[in-house]
Amino acid sequence: MNKKNTAITVITLILAIVLIIAGIYDGGYNDVKNKAIRICYECIGIG
Amino acid sequence: MSVLGSGESEKRAPLKRRYIQLLAAVFYNCNIKGFLSGSIYKGDIKGLCVPGLNCYSCPGAVGACPLGSLQSGLLSSKYKVPYYVLGTLILFGLMFGRLICGFLCPFGLLQELLYKIPGKKIKKNRITVMLTYLKYVILVIFVIVIPLVKLVPGFCKYICPAGILEGGIPLTYMDPQIRGLIGVLFSWKFIVMVVILTICVFCFRSFCRFVCPLGAIYSFFNPISFFGIRVDNDKCIHCNACVKNCKMDVKRVCDRECIQCGECIKECPVDAISYKKIKK
Repeated sequence: MNKKNTAITVITLILAIVLIIAGIYDGGYNDVKNKAIRICYECIGIG
Repeated sequence: MSVLGSGESEKRAPLKRRYIQLLAAVFYNCNIKGFLSGSIYKGDIKGLCVPGLNCYSCPGAVGACPLGSLQSGLLSSKYKVPYYVLGTLILFGLMFGRLICGFLCPFGLLQELLYKIPGKKIKKNRITVMLTYLKYVILVIFVIVIPLVKLVPGFCKYICPAGILEGGIPLTYMDPQIRGLIGVLFSWKFIVMVVILTICVFCFRSFCRFVCPLGAIYSFFNPISFFGIRVDNDKCIHCNACVKNCKMDVKRVCDRECIQCGECIKECPVDAISYKKIKK
């Protein structure tokens, strides 16, 4: 991996971690969980 | 530390892949109770996204589908940006790129098993290469625009074959109330699923190559992912054996179409291809 790619990788990693922390902080984890614990009628083709 | 071992073990990596794919599929769907009762898992860990395409309405699913979660997040993005899902997708992509398609996707495993059914096979050609761009169109229209504009999860609702296969069929079979709600949409999704799975018998990983928006997202990370395939340019003699023998529409190893399955490792006459290693 060249220096340019390494820099992109590091910046992207920091971005991902910041987004996940920000997401957990503003309730994103619970939003995903609340969607996932209910049957998704669109997904299963009911509507 | 090697990702999948070193030396001879790297050469044998493709043989191990099937076991990893199977383990991932079982791990994503280990809620056996759900299959017996016709209900879905509702535990606290369901908020964690799994890396591969796996419907969270599958009775066995213990994690969330990243694509479904992204669309769901975009539906309510007027009020809240889905930072958590975006961060998770970026992290998965950065860690593994499309290695996830090759190793950690249950629907990828199903497609590969279907391709093992004997019969005439469609090899990659100019048309299949062009069709690889379709998944980016589907990503933009069905995963981003339709959820933002129409406020429905476009891909899940109209296309996703994993939803009907893993969630729709078992739940309608086991739950009479859900069965009573079957309508035109169910028929549409069922036909889409049958068409996609049938094409997979003749065309290697056709859903993965032409349709899957999750693969499209991960493809952007292939050049910078921590784990995956690498080519030693000092050893490479540019014989192109890797690309010629690859069933995906790759132009070079580890480009956006490469699912990092490692099949090319054994094709390389000078051992220039290997899995990336993490330096100690």
